[in-house]
Amino acid sequence: MTDAALTPAPAPALSAVRAAAEKRLKKRHAAEARFRAYGLTAIALAIGFLAFLLVNLTMQGIGAFTTNTFTMPIFVDPARIDARDLQGANYDMLVADQLLARLGVENDELGENSLKAKDLMSPDLGYQVLDRLKADPSLIGRTITVSAPVAGNADLYYKGELGREIAEENRKLDNQQLDWLDTLKAAGLVTSGFNTRLFTHADSTQPELAGLLGAIVGSALMLLVTALVAVPTGVLAAVYLEEFAPKNRLTGFIEVNINNLAAVPSIVYGMLGLAVFINWLQFPRSAPITGGVVLALLVLPTIIIATRSALKSVPPSIREGALAVGASPTQAVFHHVLPQSMPGIMTGVILALAHALGETAPLLMIGMVSFVPSVPEGLTSAATVLPVQIFIWENASERAFHERTAAAILVLLVFMIIMNAIAIVLRRRFERRW
Amino acid sequence: MLWIAFAGLFLFSGATYLFARRGAHAAAVGASRRPHSLPGQQAAYVTIWALIPAFLLLFALLSFGGRIETALLSAELPAAVQALQPDRQELFIQDAHAVAEGRGTSAATYDGPLKAALDAKVAQARVYDALILWGGIALAAVIALAGSLLAWRRLGPDFRARNRAEGWVNVLLILCSAVAVLTTVGLIASLLFESLRFFQIIAPVDFLTGLHWSPQTALREDQAGSAGAFGAVPLFVGTLLIMTIAMVVAAPIGLYSAIYLSEYAGPGMRAWAKPLLEILAGVPTVVFGVFAALTVGPAFAWFFNMIGGMLVGGPLDGIGQYLSQVQSNMALAAGVVMGIMLIPFISSLSDDILNAVPQALRDGSYAMGATKSETVRKVVLPAALPGVAGAFILAISRAIGETMIVLLALGSGGGTNLTFNPLDAVSTVTVQIVSLLTGDLEFDRPTTMAAFGLGLTLFVVTLALNIVALRIVKAYREQYD
Repeated sequence: MTDAALTPAPAPALSAVRAAAEKRLKKRHAAEARFRAYGLTAIALAIGFLAFLLVNLTMQGIGAFTTNTFTMPIFVDPARIDARDLQGANYDMLVADQLLARLGVENDELGENSLKAKDLMSPDLGYQVLDRLKADPSLIGRTITVSAPVAGNADLYYKGELGREIAEENRKLDNQQLDWLDTLKAAGLVTSGFNTRLFTHADSTQPELAGLLGAIVGSALMLLVTALVAVPTGVLAAVYLEEFAPKNRLTGFIEVNINNLAAVPSIVYGMLGLAVFINWLQFPRSAPITGGVVLALLVLPTIIIATRSALKSVPPSIREGALAVGASPTQAVFHHVLPQSMPGIMTGVILALAHALGETAPLLMIGMVSFVPSVPEGLTSAATVLPVQIFIWENASERAFHERTAAAILVLLVFMIIMNAIAIVLRRRFERRW
Repeated sequence: MLWIAFAGLFLFSGATYLFARRGAHAAAVGASRRPHSLPGQQAAYVTIWALIPAFLLLFALLSFGGRIETALLSAELPAAVQALQPDRQELFIQDAHAVAEGRGTSAATYDGPLKAALDAKVAQARVYDALILWGGIALAAVIALAGSLLAWRRLGPDFRARNRAEGWVNVLLILCSAVAVLTTVGLIASLLFESLRFFQIIAPVDFLTGLHWSPQTALREDQAGSAGAFGAVPLFVGTLLIMTIAMVVAAPIGLYSAIYLSEYAGPGMRAWAKPLLEILAGVPTVVFGVFAALTVGPAFAWFFNMIGGMLVGGPLDGIGQYLSQVQSNMALAAGVVMGIMLIPFISSLSDDILNAVPQALRDGSYAMGATKSETVRKVVLPAALPGVAGAFILAISRAIGETMIVLLALGSGGGTNLTFNPLDAVSTVTVQIVSLLTGDLEFDRPTTMAAFGLGLTLFVVTLALNIVALRIVKAYREQYD
């Protein structure tokens, strides 16, 4: 009875409290939703950047995997070539003049037209004629067929860039040259195809002739040195620190030291390489062996840290079991603990080597930035590596090199993805829970 | 040739091992009692003596053979050569060496008495070359053979081959650990040595507080004010500016992704988001650099030029004029791209740290009626703050030492003015190191030494940041263990 009389009185207050509480709750839930949205936005941004980066590079670089090749019979004119002095003749102009004739264009008095025709073709055409003549001088007076990529700017025009939509004075090729290119294409002298040259030749000053083989071989040689130096050293150092080292101040210092080494900027390692290996120990400049040793020191802390954590994850019972049946500590470690932790070690090693493959700055310090137009023959010959090749091409002024920069990045990323995938597979396949 | 000697040594050691194991095995089978060590351990002992001394000798030959030869060649120089400048004399020796190895193209530059002297030296160099190489290889062969034979003779049932071999393995392990320490010593020594020479020319105070950096003008030492050109403050400001932009981009995005991944995301989302972030972390910095130089920089420049174009002629004409002149090699582009590079770094470090916060703290907060975001903001983050701060410091240290992004985005050339404007071209410590140390260099020039001064500064700063960060993170981890 009294309840019925009492309830109406506090009701407005309660509803006001409830309304306020609900309002507050709504606000709190809105804040919750906002916070969640921030988090999602952050992840979306991070992954969006990655996607944009990859798509952008692919769009820029995909063109470099195809190229336009020019094939034409050349009459080796005996009037212009002296059989006793093959080097003395101007083969570029020989090719250019015959190109003009083929186009049905008269050369003018100053020879401007033949110069313009020469700009359309790679100088490799001339070299090829010379090489054929050196091999067989009897070709003089006959007709030979040569085939080479078109010049970088012409290649870009065929691919739809640097076309007529750009004002003539802002282009490398004028309207007449573009007309000639159209004529050549229509005549079937120019064919488009996969750019095998990119993978079969080393660097060149001409974008259309430049390839990645030198850099790929250089990278492989350098990684070989890095692996040979860093993997045994790093794994054995980790075994010592984790399994044998007495816990004292010295080993504590080594541990702190390794952790700090892992975060020293890579360029400082380059300075170490310059001062110690090149200047003091007189290692060859820009050689894979020097770069490999410097990068080995760079990735050594990473390998040590990864190996230690792999060793740590092997349960003590394995070690103790071996010791209990009479193995010496060395045998227990090398026969039992180390093999058990191999998958973890291999994962760490591959990731460290992938890092070394992409490292650039220290290699600039030891002279790997020089222009190397040949495939390196050994560990001590001048070489360049993929990331440095990317840097060199990016710095080149010709537009056609920019396309190749992006293509080189794609090749580098493919190698990195392969290495990372191997590491992930190893981790998934051999990961063992004790 | 030396490489063949190395390969031969390894082959010999392998054969020694197999042979010694068979021998030890045969001895053990016929013996009346068991030998102390297994055949493999006895063979390992013999192999160590076959391999290690000869290997060290060949390695020394590889490292110092060239220097010994140079020293021998420089011992008695003809008068014609002695008349040359010291550095020309060095070049002469190098050329003689090169011609002797059959790769001399620079020999044509010599004529007259120098040509005769060169020919004499070349003949001498060939002799020394052969002497050092073949003498060294022959000595190594003798040592390897003698070592293995002497060790073989010591073997017997009572010989404690296992303990000896394991002792040597232990030494090898310690040597491998010492490489890490030696690397540090090498880093510090190489930086310090050149830096000290640099600081004898330029006072450290001038270097650290000078407001003007233009090392190229100091090439001529008689030039007025050449000492003042090594004030590194513009570089420090440029580095800090780019680092700040990078952290403004990376810190919120990285931290929020870490929060979302560790507190909100289900296992399904973690399974694909984390590998994607790992891929982003694995992209080489030179790729980010090209991205900044070819895409981000020009896009930003286009954007600011467009805004500038709209403002020109209006009330904000001055700003418009400035904006329409902005170039693509601005600090902003480098900073933003570096920020993108740092996102996965911050995110994965913070993720670990947030996961280390005990669940009990969260549960207590939920029990009091807090929502998830309130729990994160008022309980988890404060608890994780030291760790997150450590992660940020590590990221800052990385941003300071990063080279390729800045080098490609800004170019190695200009922009050493003292400016805080993110739309201007600046230069950083790392970029200056690269541009001072690449190309033709003579080691005694102040410019190269200045690079080592910058390197030392960079090393000290990143080392200090690291030590602080690792301390913080370690203390934080112990708090909840």
